[in-house]
Amino acid sequence: MDFISILSIFVLACFVGYYVVWSVTPALHTPLMAVTNAISSVIIVGALIAAAGAASPLAKWLGLLAVVLASINIFGGFAVTSRMLAMYKKKERAE
Amino acid sequence: MSAGTHTDLILSATFPAMPSHDAGTPGWVMLAYLVAGVCFILALRGLSSPVTSQRGNRLGMIGMAIAVVTTLLVAFGAGELGRDGPGDTRYLVIDQLALLEILAAIAIGAIIGLVTARRIAMTAMPQLVAAFHSLVGLAAVLVGAAAFLNPEAFGIATRLTPIAEPSLLLIKPLSRLELGLGVAIGAITFSGSVIAFLKLNGNMTGAPILLPCRHLINLGTLAAILVLVAWFTQDQSPWIFWTVLALSFIIGFLLIIPIGGADMPVVVSMLNSYSGWAAAAMGFTLENSAMIITGALVGSSGAILSYIMCRAMNRSFLSVIAGGFGAVASSGGGEAIDRPYKRGSAEDAAFLMRQADQVVIVPGYGMAVAQAQHILREMADLLKKEGVKVKYAIHPVAGRMPGHMNVLLAEANVPYDEVFELEDINSEFAQTDVAFVIGANDVTNPAAKTDKSSPIYGMPVLDVEKARTVLFIKRSMGGAGYAGVDNELFYRDNTMMLLADAKKMVEEIVKALA
Repeated sequence: MDFISILSIFVLACFVGYYVVWSVTPALHTPLMAVTNAISSVIIVGALIAAAGAASPLAKWLGLLAVVLASINIFGGFAVTSRMLAMYKKKERAE
Repeated sequence: MSAGTHTDLILSATFPAMPSHDAGTPGWVMLAYLVAGVCFILALRGLSSPVTSQRGNRLGMIGMAIAVVTTLLVAFGAGELGRDGPGDTRYLVIDQLALLEILAAIAIGAIIGLVTARRIAMTAMPQLVAAFHSLVGLAAVLVGAAAFLNPEAFGIATRLTPIAEPSLLLIKPLSRLELGLGVAIGAITFSGSVIAFLKLNGNMTGAPILLPCRHLINLGTLAAILVLVAWFTQDQSPWIFWTVLALSFIIGFLLIIPIGGADMPVVVSMLNSYSGWAAAAMGFTLENSAMIITGALVGSSGAILSYIMCRAMNRSFLSVIAGGFGAVASSGGGEAIDRPYKRGSAEDAAFLMRQADQVVIVPGYGMAVAQAQHILREMADLLKKEGVKVKYAIHPVAGRMPGHMNVLLAEANVPYDEVFELEDINSEFAQTDVAFVIGANDVTNPAAKTDKSSPIYGMPVLDVEKARTVLFIKRSMGGAGYAGVDNELFYRDNTMMLLADAKKMVEEIVKALA
C-alpha cells in the first residue's frame, strides 16, 4: 500500500470515529474507555511481527514483552468491559 | 520468476522467520485486517445503547482475534500460501519454537489480564484504565524499538548490500518519521499514565506539583523531540532514536505532575487519545489498516471525551494541560466557615425524604471513596416502597473519569433508566422535593452561575438549590471542594447539612427509614 492510500484510510477512520463516539451514550463513557483501551492493543500485531523475527534477538525479546503487555490489555480490557456492561440493567428486573 | 523474488528467496533462507513483506501483502491478509477494523468500529457503535453494548463488545473481541490470527499466519509463513506454496520443512521447525514462545507470552498476558479484570473493584476503574493506558504506551515503545532494531522484519528497510555480512540496513525516511512519532507518543502515554495511575491510586498526592518555569521546560522538551524526530528522518543514528525515547518519557512525566486530581477525567481521556495515536503511528509504519482504523477511532474517542470533560468544567483544554488547578485550595475560604448553616440528623433526612414526592440523588466522587453506592440503592429502594419517585442526576465530571458514577450505580443494581445526565434533569429540580447530594460539591455550587470572581464561574452545574430541600452529605464543614472554592449552597435556608461519612450517614438513614 502506498502512503496516500494509508493516509486516506486514516483520515476517513478519524471521521468515522468522530461520529461513532458522539453517538455513545454518556452513561457508557467508562466502558467506552475500557473498550478503546482493549482495541488499541491491536498494536499486538506489531509485537507479534517483532517476536516472530529471528534476525535480532533483542528485538525478538522486546517483541515478546510487548506481546505480554498487549495481551494483558486485550484480555483485561475486554473482560472488564463486559463485566461493566453486564451491570447495566433496565428497571423491573429481579426483586 | 523475477529477479526481485529471487533476492527475496535468498533473504528468507538467510533469515528464516522473516516474513517477506517486500513481495507485497496478499489480498486476503489486507482484507482480514479491514474486517478487524470494521469489527472495532461496530464495537464502539454498540455502545450507543446499553442494549446493544454487549454485542458490540463481542464484535470487538472477534476483530482482535482476526487481527492476531492473521498476523500469526503471515508471520509464520502462511502468507506465502497461494504464492509459492508453504516453505520447506526446516523453515517450519524453527517457527514452531518461536510460535510456542509467542503463545506462551499471550497466555501470560491473558492470565494477568483476566485475573485483574475479575478482581478489580468498580471504584478503582479510573486507576485500572490509567494502568492499561500505560501498557499500550509501553507496548508501542517496545514495538517501535524492535522495529528500529530489526527493520527488515517490519518490511520498512532496504538492504544496501544484501547477503554480505556487515550489511547496511537503511530504514525508509517516511517509516523513520512514523517510527519516531509513534515511539514518542507511546513513551508520553506510558510515563503520563503511570503518573495518572499513581495519583488516582493515591500513591502520589492528587495536588498539583508545580516546578519552577515548567512551561518553558515542557515546551523546550517538546520542541527538542520534534527537532530530533525531523533529524531522525535524515540520519538513522541510534543515539537520535534513543534520545527521542528518553525525552518523551521525561515529558510525559512532566506534563502530568502539575495536573490536579479534579482534572483527572480530562487527563485520563487525553491519555486514552494518545494511546490511539501511538497505535495509529505504528499502523502507518506497518501499513496495517486494522491498526490505523483502531488508532483513529481511539484517538478521536479520547479527544472527544476530553472535549466533553473540558466543556463540563467550562475550562479550555490548554488551561487543563497547563495544570495547577486546585493548587490554591482553601484561600479565602477561611472566614466563610463561621457562616451559619443548618445541620440535620439521619432521622430528619429520613423524615423529609419519606414525605417527598420526588427525590433526586446527586452522587459525586465522595460516594466512590466511601463505597456508598450499594447502601444508597437500598435507601432508594426503601423510598420507592413508600411511593417516592427516585432519580439520579449525574454531572459529566462527577468522579475521576467519564461515566464513573454511572458504572458505580450500575454496579449497585440501579436501573440505568433512573439515571439522568445534567441537561436532562436540570429542569426537574424545581419540581423536586428533596435533592440528596452525596459526595459531590463543586458540581452543585450555585456560585458557578452567579459569582463572576469564582474560579468555577461558567461551569454548568446541577441546579440542586431549586429543590424544596437540599440534603448535603459532607464529612465536615472544613475542607472545600477540589476547585478550592467554598460552596454557597451550604448556607442557604433550604439546605440541611448532614455531617458524617457518606456511607455511615446513608446507613443511618436506611435504619431510620426501615
